[in-house]
Amino acid sequence: MVPLTALQPGQAGLIHQLRGGHRFVSRLAALGFTPGAPVTVTRNHGIGPLIVAVRETQVALGRGEANHVIVYLEEDGDAAVSQG
Amino acid sequence: MQRLARVETDTAAPHVGECVTIKVALAGQPNVGKSTIFNGLTGMNQHVGNWPGKTVEQKTGGCMRGDKQFDFVDLPGTYSLTANSVEERVARDYILHERPDVVVAVVDAAIPERSLYLLAELLLLPAPVVLVLNMMDVAAQEGIQVEPRVLEAALGIPVAPMAATKGQGFEALLEAVVAVWEGAYPYNPHRPVILPAHQTVLEELITWVAAAVPKPYPADWVALKLLEGDDEIVALMQSALPAEMWTRVHDTLLSHEDAILDIAGARYAWIARMIRAAVVRPKVGQMGLTARLDRVLTHPLWGTLALLGVLAVVFWLTYAIGSPLQGWLDALIQQGAGALHDTLQGTLPHWTIDLLADGLIGGAGMVVTFLPILVIFFAVLGFLEDTGYMARAAYITDRFMHAMGLHGKSFLPLLLGFGCNVPAILGTRIIETKRARWLTILLAPLIPCTARMAVIAILAPVFFGRAAVWVAWGLVAVNLGVLAVLGIVFHRFVLKGEQSMFIMELPLYHLPNARTIGLYVWQNVVAFLQKAGTVILAASVVVWVLSYFPADGDVTQSYLAWIGRGLAPIGALMGLPWMLMIALLTSFVAKENTIATLGVLYGNFEATLPALITPPAALGFLIVQMLFIPCVATVAAVKQETRSWAWTLLSLGLMLVISLGAGILVYQVGTLLAGG
Repeated sequence: MVPLTALQPGQAGLIHQLRGGHRFVSRLAALGFTPGAPVTVTRNHGIGPLIVAVRETQVALGRGEANHVIVYLEEDGDAAVSQG
Repeated sequence: MQRLARVETDTAAPHVGECVTIKVALAGQPNVGKSTIFNGLTGMNQHVGNWPGKTVEQKTGGCMRGDKQFDFVDLPGTYSLTANSVEERVARDYILHERPDVVVAVVDAAIPERSLYLLAELLLLPAPVVLVLNMMDVAAQEGIQVEPRVLEAALGIPVAPMAATKGQGFEALLEAVVAVWEGAYPYNPHRPVILPAHQTVLEELITWVAAAVPKPYPADWVALKLLEGDDEIVALMQSALPAEMWTRVHDTLLSHEDAILDIAGARYAWIARMIRAAVVRPKVGQMGLTARLDRVLTHPLWGTLALLGVLAVVFWLTYAIGSPLQGWLDALIQQGAGALHDTLQGTLPHWTIDLLADGLIGGAGMVVTFLPILVIFFAVLGFLEDTGYMARAAYITDRFMHAMGLHGKSFLPLLLGFGCNVPAILGTRIIETKRARWLTILLAPLIPCTARMAVIAILAPVFFGRAAVWVAWGLVAVNLGVLAVLGIVFHRFVLKGEQSMFIMELPLYHLPNARTIGLYVWQNVVAFLQKAGTVILAASVVVWVLSYFPADGDVTQSYLAWIGRGLAPIGALMGLPWMLMIALLTSFVAKENTIATLGVLYGNFEATLPALITPPAALGFLIVQMLFIPCVATVAAVKQETRSWAWTLLSLGLMLVISLGAGILVYQVGTLLAGG
C-alpha cells in the first residue's frame, strides 16, 4: 500500500483509505474516491499537482492531498480485486 | 423550429388568466451544463443576485408554456449535499425550506457514474426529482451509449435526455416536470440504501433523534447526515437534543467515524446497479478527444507554453480589436460633449452646461469607452471557460501559485483582473477557503486592468518616446513582481495555518455554446456597468465640482488645487508637482481619470509635461499610477465580498504605502544615479 504520489503516470491501483480530516474525506468521497474504487494516475511529475482518473473523471489533486490517499498497487492488488 | 411552433400554439390556447405556477429548482454537479439548461429555459428573462446573506450567486428566471408559469431557481453546482461548502448548504437549504414543486437533477451523460452521485443525495430530500441526462451528444462523441428509458425503469423517476448546447430536449423536460407535478407520472423512486453494517446504528439514531428534529428536516435524513459527520446537522442536533441524549448520540457517532466512506461507497454501488443495463462504455484503450488534447495541454512544459500562447492570443485579440474601437468611441463622446456645449450655450447658467458636458458626459463616457475592450476580453475568457480549458490553466498555474499559499483556482479571478478588477474580486467566489479567498482579493488590485493600461499607453510615449513599449512591459512586470512578493510575505508571515486543499475536476472538453458565452459576457459587463457606472459617475461629478468651484472654472484656484497643494510635500519626495498628485488622486475614482485630469490641468500635456519633470520622476509617477490604491468601484467590491472594513482598509493602506514607497524609491535612486 502506497500513497497516490508514489504512482508513476499510467500506473493504476485501488483506493484503500483516505487519511485526513472529515472535510477532506467527505469531499473526496463525493468525487468517487471510496475504498475499492479503481484509480489511474495520469500526471505525476515529482512537483506540482497530480491528475488522477477516478470514476470516469480526471481530477487534479494537490500533492498534499494526494499523499493522504492510500492505494493498493495493481500488482499486489489482485487479492483486493477478488474481494471487491 | 419545433420549439417556436409549439410556443405559438400554446400561447394561442384560450385559457389565459387561470395561470398556475410551478416552482422548479435546478440541481447538478459543476460542469454538467446546468447553466446552459437554465439559460435555454429562461433566456434573457433571468435575474442574477445573491442568496440572502451569502456571497453565492443566485440565478432565478421563468418561462411560460400555455397556462403554466415555470419559476426556476438555479441552485449552486455541488458534488454532494454535505455541509462542506456554503454552496452545498445553500442548495440543500433551499430544497428543505423553500420546498420546490419539482427538483430537476442534471447529470452529464458522458460521466453518468460520477454525476449521478448528487441524485443519490437528492432522492433523500422531500421533493420529487426529474433527471436530466444532459450532453447526450458529448457522450456519443466519447463512444458512450446511454439508454434513457432503461435508466428510467431502474430509477423509477422520469429521465429526460438532452443536448442543451444544441437546444435539444427542452420541451420534453418541461413535459416531464408537468407530469410529475400533476401526479400523472407513476413516481416511485428506488432510493439508495445504507450498507447492512450501518443499518442498525442508523435506525437507532433515527429513533433517538426523531422527537427532537426541528421542522422541516426529515428525521431519517438528519440521522444519515449525523452519521456522515455533517458539521451543520451535528450542531443543529446538539442544540436540539437533551444533553444526556446528545452524549449518547455523540458517543455512537464517534465509534462510527468511518461511516462517511461506507455511505459514499454504498451510493456508488447503488449507482452501479442503476446504470448497469443503461450504459455501454467503449472498450478500454480507446482514447477520447479529451485525453488526446490533455497529452499536450496538461504537460508540464508543453502545457505551460500552450497557456502562454493562449494568454498572448487573449490579450492580442482584446487590444488589437478593442483599442481602435475605444479610440473611436472616445472621439465620438468628446464630439457629443462639444456639440452639447454649443447647443446649450446661453440657455442655462454656464456652470450647469459645464457640469452636463464635462462632468456627466465626460464621466459616463469614460466608462462606456471601455466596453469594447471588456466585451472582447470576457468573450474570449467565456469561450475558454465553456470549452473546459480554464480548469487546465488552473492546473498548470497551480505550482506557481503555491509559493503564495494559493492554488490554481486563484489564477482564474486574477486573470479576469486584467480586464477589470471588479469582476476579479467577484470571481474569487470559486475559491473555497476564506484564507485563500481573502488573499486573492488582496492581490487582485495589483493586476493592471485595462483602464490602467490605457493610461500607460498614453503617458509612456509622452515621457519615453520609442522606449515606451519596454517601459510598459516593465511596469506590468513590476506589478506582477509586487503581487508575488506580497503574496509570499502574507503566506509566510501573516496568514499562517489553514492550508487550502486543491481538489479540482478537469471536465471533458466540448464545443462552446454561443448563448452561454453571450450571457457570460452580458452578466460580467452588466456587473461592471452597475458597479463602475454608478460609482464612477457619481465620483466624477464630485471631482468636477471640486475642480470647478469656487473660482468658476479656474482649476488652479479650485478646491482640488487646494488639496493638491496640501499633498505637495509628498509630491516633492517623488519630484512631482501638485498637479500630478491631483491626477493620482482622481485616479481613485477611475484609473483613466488621470488622463482627463492632466488634460484639465495642463491642456496639451503631451507637449508640456516632458519639460516639467525629470525622467526618474516620470518613471516613478508611472509606477505609482500602476500600484496606486484601486479605483472606488474595486474598493466597493472588496468591501462587499469580504464584509470586512478592516480588510478593505488594510488593502487600501498597503497599496498606498507600496505605491508611494516605490515612487519615492525610484525617483531618489534614479536622481542619485543620474547625478552621479
